[in-house]
Amino acid sequence: MQDFGAAFGDAFGLLLGFDPALMEIIGLSLRVSITAVFISGLIGLPLGALLGVSRFRGRAAVLVLLNTLMGLPPVVVGLLVYLMLSNAGPLGPLALLYTPGAMIIAQSILVIPIVAALARQTIEDMHAEYDEQLRILGVGRWGMVATLLWDARYSLLTAMLAGFGRAVAEVGAVLIVGGNINHVTRVMTTAIALETSKGNLALALGLGVVLLLLAVVINAAVMGVRATAARSAHA
Amino acid sequence: MPFDEPRAGRNDRRVLPITASGLVLERAGRRIIDNIGLTITGHDISVIMGPNGAGKSVLLRLLTGLLTPDAGTVAWAGSGADRARAPAVGLVFQKPVLLRRSALANVRYALRGGSRAERTRCAEDALFRAGLAHLAKSPARILSGGEQQRLALARALAPDPEVLMLDEPCANLDPAATAAIEALIRDARARGTKVVLVTHDIAQARRLADDVTFVHDGRIVEQSPAASFFDNPVSSAGRAYLDGRLLID
Repeated sequence: MQDFGAAFGDAFGLLLGFDPALMEIIGLSLRVSITAVFISGLIGLPLGALLGVSRFRGRAAVLVLLNTLMGLPPVVVGLLVYLMLSNAGPLGPLALLYTPGAMIIAQSILVIPIVAALARQTIEDMHAEYDEQLRILGVGRWGMVATLLWDARYSLLTAMLAGFGRAVAEVGAVLIVGGNINHVTRVMTTAIALETSKGNLALALGLGVVLLLLAVVINAAVMGVRATAARSAHA
Repeated sequence: MPFDEPRAGRNDRRVLPITASGLVLERAGRRIIDNIGLTITGHDISVIMGPNGAGKSVLLRLLTGLLTPDAGTVAWAGSGADRARAPAVGLVFQKPVLLRRSALANVRYALRGGSRAERTRCAEDALFRAGLAHLAKSPARILSGGEQQRLALARALAPDPEVLMLDEPCANLDPAATAAIEALIRDARARGTKVVLVTHDIAQARRLADDVTFVHDGRIVEQSPAASFFDNPVSSAGRAYLDGRLLID
């Protein structure tokens, strides 16, 4: 067991030295979470936009469900994906369990509701403003969705960043479906959990610092996006 | 009403005459539109006048197909309003709704068909006619109120509509901006576009109207050529309105 100060010193040593083991873990984390957020955008943004412009029976229930899914416990998602991908599960033949692919699926399931719910709110507000004008221009349902997605792009980017923050910081889902296998599925959060329990505080702290820095970068990016949007009167 | 030779490109999407018959619209038990029949045709400026709440804006929305009447019909050149012919009907609202894009992109958005380069050139022409060429690249929503309304008008005119409808387009504008809008409206008429202007501004109606439809309490109470309406209104409601008396019955 190292003392706290020494652990910090070692952590920065690893970071500044671009320690290969550390970089590998950071790289996989980013790869998995960025891919998951990309997939979530492809699914969640059109889904949210459609919900924002549609009126149908049971819509309120769907919105309640969607908002509830924003708070899905990652371990539960991990468990469900595990059951789907395990040998006995319906998707077992894909042999995805304990691969980065499984982690991407799990994180996508966590992030899609966040992206969709935030997009729905944004698009619904903008739709109220645009609806008559777009209809008089002869724009149909799908053209309207595309227009709203494009015009709301700054707000939607913010929603995607929120989703990325959730994905990169969660540990439960990737631990269960990835298994924290060294060089294969070990990401920052699972590595921190493991290294802390092993008493290897330097590596854990180094990764913790990176995660915190990422949070700072994401929030700065959100503010930057908002400022850009305000400057060109997009907000 | 005599018809000029229709311009090329307009043939396949004719909407005039726009005919409304027996229109009724009720909201919360109140008849906002009460059995209105109306034919819009020609190439001049028809002004729909009346006090606030007379049903003028709602009538425009019914004629453009944005609202569906509870009873009665609206026909564009003999058949129901449809999306394919929407570009032939321009509509400008009191408060312009501009996309979160550049002025040029706003106008280009309203254009269909042709290559992107052709649409861009057409949009640039429309901006030029509206005196906005120098603002083409500016984000639409940082323009001044008058510029925004001119941009909305340029966008509505860019597809060369057969009819242009305007709902109190100058309600929030100062005299200079109003003059610019009115010049654009006259320009549209000169280019062969039928104009339907809703206003409660008597002075503006006098400046622009070729004929006047006076609406009161959801009904058309008078339809006259502009000269005779302003000099000698037939209806008591129209006379009272022009005299500046308050119509509150």
